[in-house]
Amino acid sequence: MQEVIKQKAIELLSSGKADRVLGWKEGEFFYDITPAVFTDVKEIEEKFVYNAFCGPNFSKYLVAESRKDGKIAVFLKPCDTYSFQQLLKEHRILRDKVYAVGIPCDGMVDIEKIRQKKIKGITGVTEAGEVLQIDTIYGKKEVAKKDVLAERCENCKSKKHVVYDELIGEEGDVLDSHRFDLVEKIEAMSEEERFAFWQNELSRCIRCNACRNVCPACTCEKCVFDNPASGIDQKAAADSFEEKMFHIIRAFHVAGRCTDCGECSRVCPQNIPLHLLNRKFIKDINEFYGEYQAGADMETRAPLTDYQTDDCEPSVILTKGDQ
Amino acid sequence: MQVEKNFEPTVVAFCCNWCSYAGADLSGNNRIQYPANVKIIRIPCSCRLNPMFILRAFQRGADGVILCGCHPGDCHYTSGNYFARRRMTLLFSMLSFLGIEKERCRVEWVSAAEGAKFAATMNDFVATITRLGENKKLEDLRCKK
Amino acid sequence: MQRIGVFVCWCGSNIAATVDVKKVAETLGKEPCVVYYENYQYMCSEEGQNKIINAIHEHKLSGIVICSCSPRMHEATFRRTAQKAGLNPYMVEIANIREQCSWIHKDMATATEKAIILGRAAIAKVHLNTPLQAGESPVVKRALVIGGGIAGIQTALDIADAGFEVDIVEKKPTIGGKMSQIDKTFPTLDCSACILTPKMVDVAQNEKIHIYSYSEVAAVKGFVGNFDVTIKRKARYVKEELCTGCGACTEKCPQKKVPNDFNLGLDNKHAIYIPFAQAVPKVATIDPDYCMMLKTGKCGVCSKVCAAGAIDYKQQDELVQQQYGAIVVATGYNPIDLKNYDEFAYSQSPDVVTSLEFERLTNAAGPTGGVLLRPSDRQHPHTIVFVQCVGSRESGEGCGKTYCSKICCMYTAKHAMLTREKYPDTEVYVFYIDVRTPGKNFDEFYRRAVEEYGVHYIKGMVGKVSPENGKLMVQASDLLDNKQLKIEADLVVLAAAIEPDPSARPLATMLTTQMDTNDFFTEAHPKLRPVESATAGIFLSGCCQGPKDIPETVSQASACAAKVIGLLAKDKLLGNPCVAESNELMCNGCSSCEKVCPYGAISYVDKEFKMPNRTIAVRRVANVNPAVCQGCGACTVACPSGAMDLKGFSNSQIMAEVDAICK
Repeated sequence: MQEVIKQKAIELLSSGKADRVLGWKEGEFFYDITPAVFTDVKEIEEKFVYNAFCGPNFSKYLVAESRKDGKIAVFLKPCDTYSFQQLLKEHRILRDKVYAVGIPCDGMVDIEKIRQKKIKGITGVTEAGEVLQIDTIYGKKEVAKKDVLAERCENCKSKKHVVYDELIGEEGDVLDSHRFDLVEKIEAMSEEERFAFWQNELSRCIRCNACRNVCPACTCEKCVFDNPASGIDQKAAADSFEEKMFHIIRAFHVAGRCTDCGECSRVCPQNIPLHLLNRKFIKDINEFYGEYQAGADMETRAPLTDYQTDDCEPSVILTKGDQ
Repeated sequence: MQVEKNFEPTVVAFCCNWCSYAGADLSGNNRIQYPANVKIIRIPCSCRLNPMFILRAFQRGADGVILCGCHPGDCHYTSGNYFARRRMTLLFSMLSFLGIEKERCRVEWVSAAEGAKFAATMNDFVATITRLGENKKLEDLRCKK
Repeated sequence: MQRIGVFVCWCGSNIAATVDVKKVAETLGKEPCVVYYENYQYMCSEEGQNKIINAIHEHKLSGIVICSCSPRMHEATFRRTAQKAGLNPYMVEIANIREQCSWIHKDMATATEKAIILGRAAIAKVHLNTPLQAGESPVVKRALVIGGGIAGIQTALDIADAGFEVDIVEKKPTIGGKMSQIDKTFPTLDCSACILTPKMVDVAQNEKIHIYSYSEVAAVKGFVGNFDVTIKRKARYVKEELCTGCGACTEKCPQKKVPNDFNLGLDNKHAIYIPFAQAVPKVATIDPDYCMMLKTGKCGVCSKVCAAGAIDYKQQDELVQQQYGAIVVATGYNPIDLKNYDEFAYSQSPDVVTSLEFERLTNAAGPTGGVLLRPSDRQHPHTIVFVQCVGSRESGEGCGKTYCSKICCMYTAKHAMLTREKYPDTEVYVFYIDVRTPGKNFDEFYRRAVEEYGVHYIKGMVGKVSPENGKLMVQASDLLDNKQLKIEADLVVLAAAIEPDPSARPLATMLTTQMDTNDFFTEAHPKLRPVESATAGIFLSGCCQGPKDIPETVSQASACAAKVIGLLAKDKLLGNPCVAESNELMCNGCSSCEKVCPYGAISYVDKEFKMPNRTIAVRRVANVNPAVCQGCGACTVACPSGAMDLKGFSNSQIMAEVDAICK
């Protein structure tokens, strides 16, 4: 698949259909894939990659890239297309400046999960169907890909590309995922357990802002947390409360706009399961106001900018059992 | 000499200008009592209430926050309370998800004619918050006197 | 740095009896930036206000806090006081220490402590107040009335009478509306046409009124005082300015099989027609669905017989742009479609008619020349059954309406009475759930129908009507006698519920006005502002707001005109300065705010921004029209970046109040 996509990138650039190509290249380590803008064919031939570590979602880069001169081609995995469309809906990306190529995705691998299998000294990973062949300084190892998938890919919500100019491979379907299982589990805990769970998670936050910076829904020209006039700007996590305030407000600001791409949790250096906060909102929205998937289309009104006269009252929370 | 005092919660009530603030005034006109713990902040409409204001109140030491607005369908601005209702439902659900006592925040619809309801609501809410005790989970000790 | 003055009012003993006003003033006097404090018996009295004015002058105050009664009581008073002293009126904040403190607490210490906290919150807010200027906008001295029924006619006449220009947009070829189809009016039984047509003529002759008949509103932009409206004049294929209304064309037109909608399809008209003799404007219109010339290019008779040369087969729809200061909605009503009421055999038998069809059957200008004849065999009916509440007052699950259509009880009494009067040999039955007759001389009227005219009023509903051998078998229950009835009727008249005109819903969207679930326009306040919509500059006249009879419609229409005149009489409108404002530097252009704005006050523009390295970026940013914004603040919360803020109730002001209270 890498070769097909690479050839497509070369074709788009050399035919003049695009002036730049947004793709992936290796970072410091082979599993540390980073986004890159390619402007010449040679560079693509040498550096362009597409493998099981190409997690980064390019949608957010297009906010700035689509405002530059010329046209940019971009490769979007199915879940990335949701973020892309959501940003189109919010007028953040200039559609006519982007050539979007939908590409297939079999799920991305979480390097931490390979390490958790006591595989050390990894020097390379090759995909062979369902199996990953892992080169280590201690020799070759094998592991089933499904055992080391990133959490968001284990619970993949859709293999369908919701928007593109061109599609490589076959169109997939929206999937039945179990993505709300953990949210349900937390809901079922007692209040004290929930508090303990989140205190344990959120107290590790170092307020590096990586979650915000990677989030395709967080594209504000100026973030409220950086704005002294907002009254809630915070430079650092000074105490346990402020960490929570940051994450609650961030989750609220993206509620109804978050496509559940899972980038926040992927980039968190402290491995805080931040996506659970967003998923809680998504789950609530689905339950209270009807199924809604941000980015799935251009027309449906976002749940927080809409209402029904017979919506449930906030007191529904009180009666929702002690979850 | 410091005297041990009973717990007196701080309660912030956001009231929309057209219905609930007028309802609170009516409660005063009729001399219907409710605890002095309740301090009212006037906002034009319940939809003006940013979730940040609630979190800010908790951060600064409030033990309970209540939003009062026009009954659904009666909004002076026709649709404001419908938006407020969705926002607050989701916010409260999230606070509960994080393990914060869900009774600490509440939304009540109080019309300009419901002075008695306003007082009754405040009596009940202050009683609930007093029972819950101090807002330790969300309180920012750094900002507390 | 602000220089704040604090004024604590005793309100006689209303505040001073439970709040230590002196202590409140002294404590608040120690707050940062408070340079002056005072307490006085009645701050709102002339003496009290003078104290404020003097303090503003002497201490160069930049903001004042009044601890007194509710701002709903005297905020306006103290704002005027500040203005008199040269201070911007929006630099005043009120701490409500009466209704929300002294009146609800008994303990002096508690009440005093709370009053101090409320005062602190007001001081914290006034620190962040900025002088606000109410924007001014000019008023276009012209009104638009949408709908030319009796409601629109009355409103237009009253507005024109006050000296303002009025345009009426009517989608039909003539004004007159439903009232022109009605035979007699209750409870006086005067002839509908006799009282309506003179008014129609008044409209036609009034120099201030212009009628756009056979036209529709296509687009509305702008705001109170400055609406920009596009009116679509549908092609009638007749030059309005040349047509004399002589009617020669309508007689000679060979296409005679066109259902006559004015008579509700009970007879036919020609493809070129004038709806009725007193139509205004009295101009012919070609129905393009039936005209042979327009369909096949073969005919042209009307053009040949028209002496005025008014026929124009090539006429196109035309768009007219016009500016208005106020818009009146008078879109009226229609009886509901009875296709879902097959138990009454409406679609099976021509002798089952609606009440409006019955009006035409009894009207001298109707299809039977005013002689009551059955549509099927044109025989005189001897037994007539009237069924009330068809589609009205139904439970939520039914296909009808939950509301009472209000007019049916009275017009049915009228029909029953008139039938008995003209045809004493006719038996008349009325089936009802309740008979509702609140109105001047209404109950007397209904009782006359029963007592003097011998109409059989039966409490109960009709279960089924079935056509049998040229008769209509009516099965019904009599709830008072608790028995089943079978009546062999010649004619069944259904009092169909009335519903808003289908054009109302898209119009409401264009006008950004609110409707209820039944598509009736919602008034700004159900009791105190019944003829205004919640959107400034949009007014409601007649049945578009709810079911009404003619006297009620006319009084609402005149009330509506009074409100319009009040608006148009102003040269300038002073806005509410506490409106939303978007910080362009922070705006993402995401459209969230626009979606929650009930007034359509937010629009977007592409704007150039200077960026680092001398580059220029074009971004889509929100723009609030302060003349349209009503200041609810919905947009401020929808905005994730905080670019949208509300003047007078800004994020920082409210948070400062929160901080002061929670400290």
